[in-house]
Amino acid sequence: MNAPSTPLLAVEEIGISFGGVKAVDHVSFTASPGEVFSIIGPNGAGKTTLFNLVSGVYQPKTGSVRLAGETVTALEPNLLAARGLSRTFQNLQVFFRMSARENVMVGRHLKERRGLLAHLLALPSTGRQNRESTEHADRLLARVGLSDHADTAAANMPYGALKRLEIARALAAEPKVLLLDEPAAGCNPVETEEIERLIRKIADEGVAVVLVEHDMKLVMRISDRILVLDQGRMLAEGLATDIRSNPKVIEAYLGTHGTREANLALD
Amino acid sequence: MLKTVLAPRFAVPLVLAVLVVGLSFALPSNFYLRVAALVWISALAVIGLNLLMGYAGQVSLGHAGFFGIGAYAVAVLPAQFSLHPLLAALAGALAAGLLAYVVGRPILRLKGHYLAVATLGFGMLIAMTISNEAWLTGGPDGMPVERLTLLGWRVRGADTWYWITGGLLVIGAWIAGNLVASPTGRALRALHDSEVAARVAGIDVARAKLTVFVISAVYAAVAGAALALVNGFVTPDKANFMHSIELVTMVVLGGMGSILGSVAGAAILVVLPQVLTSFHDYEHMVLGLIMMVIMIVLRSGIVPGLASLLTGRRK
Repeated sequence: MNAPSTPLLAVEEIGISFGGVKAVDHVSFTASPGEVFSIIGPNGAGKTTLFNLVSGVYQPKTGSVRLAGETVTALEPNLLAARGLSRTFQNLQVFFRMSARENVMVGRHLKERRGLLAHLLALPSTGRQNRESTEHADRLLARVGLSDHADTAAANMPYGALKRLEIARALAAEPKVLLLDEPAAGCNPVETEEIERLIRKIADEGVAVVLVEHDMKLVMRISDRILVLDQGRMLAEGLATDIRSNPKVIEAYLGTHGTREANLALD
Repeated sequence: MLKTVLAPRFAVPLVLAVLVVGLSFALPSNFYLRVAALVWISALAVIGLNLLMGYAGQVSLGHAGFFGIGAYAVAVLPAQFSLHPLLAALAGALAAGLLAYVVGRPILRLKGHYLAVATLGFGMLIAMTISNEAWLTGGPDGMPVERLTLLGWRVRGADTWYWITGGLLVIGAWIAGNLVASPTGRALRALHDSEVAARVAGIDVARAKLTVFVISAVYAAVAGAALALVNGFVTPDKANFMHSIELVTMVVLGGMGSILGSVAGAAILVVLPQVLTSFHDYEHMVLGLIMMVIMIVLRSGIVPGLASLLTGRRK
């Protein structure tokens, strides 16, 4: 595993409240190129909310986000995307009326030439761009194992495939930081293994991967470092081996009387 | 693969061109050619509105306002400033686009029903302005439109206008198809399905909505200008909200997100009332009934509905 170099993503003391409830409360973490940084915690711990804060979907009340040294707190998601941050969604956000290939092509938007007149008149540059985006999308679909679905409308694809489609779409932007929200949810063991290899490879190519995932076995295998959230607060942070044996973590997961199941879940 | 990207873009204008040419032989009299020209004009406005509604998923109940701006530009500007009708039409299209740009910024932040009501109000504002400024527009009675002359040739006759409006339709369908198949078009279709995912993909959603709103306004204005030139007369009812509703109905009836559907929707709502005049007092009842049956049988509109029936797919 790579030693953490300079952090690409630095989140400091970030927080937000909904109706008086602190959904995320002064959470800090960093993620470096080549690293898989996982965020775990019980349901309602604030993991997805944290993703929404970092990716600009929600405006944080406190704290800051820095991307490659630049403060990007509360920047619009499309501006964050332009600075190299991409993400997937826990509750699928695919473009259901479009084919798998077109979904990934949309992910390529930032790298595409955007002259409106050229688009309206179908100038040669637009044709070239479409071919380029198509080829790029097909390569990414092959990478996530969805080549057979390229022309399928997303509405007609199974859940597990859509999870991988979201990853392909996020990769199309060639992000420096990639937030993955439960990529293995609803996947069978074989698919989970494929996703694990995929995530590892993405990180090895120099992307800082931040992962939210409920599959503890996957998290423990793949993560360089882990942050544990509970009720919006940081419960623990450290290497996977330290987190596994942390009694506070076990308690947060299953309460004081659930140690046996907790051990099973975390093993 | 290349074919799948390119084919629909050329197929649709080609089908329309064949339709325009074919019908010119099939239609027996000037009356029919005139009705067909009215279909082409409506279809042009509906294609523009379909880009906004069917592809980008944003409703407008005020598009007759833009239609009216185009129509009154070719009526007022030549009369007041002796501008050539073609330049007047261009000015009308620019004015509609500019107005859409200015109004669209605040309005397009709204969604769904709220956007519908805001655009409705905007359309009514334009219609009322046209009705009230009688010194300029002739008020509720309307005003005549100077005949179009091109290089000394007076453009007249149902057949001439049939070809001009048919040509406009083919060009309009071609441009719309280009847009849909381009990165901008993919961005529009994406934000229709998930705004948050579109934003995360780097799309400036507000700007994309504004772009398609302006484009659809220009389509409506060009169609309005064409109608004014064909009729030689303009009335404010083409700018009022009943016409806006009619345009929206054409989009939905023909098929959201279908360019051929836009033409089908326009054809139904222009041609049927002519056909149904034999029902006299029951004309509107029969028309309403037909529309209901179409929507019940072909839920996604005429063209997408028939296409999925033919290919045996559900929905």
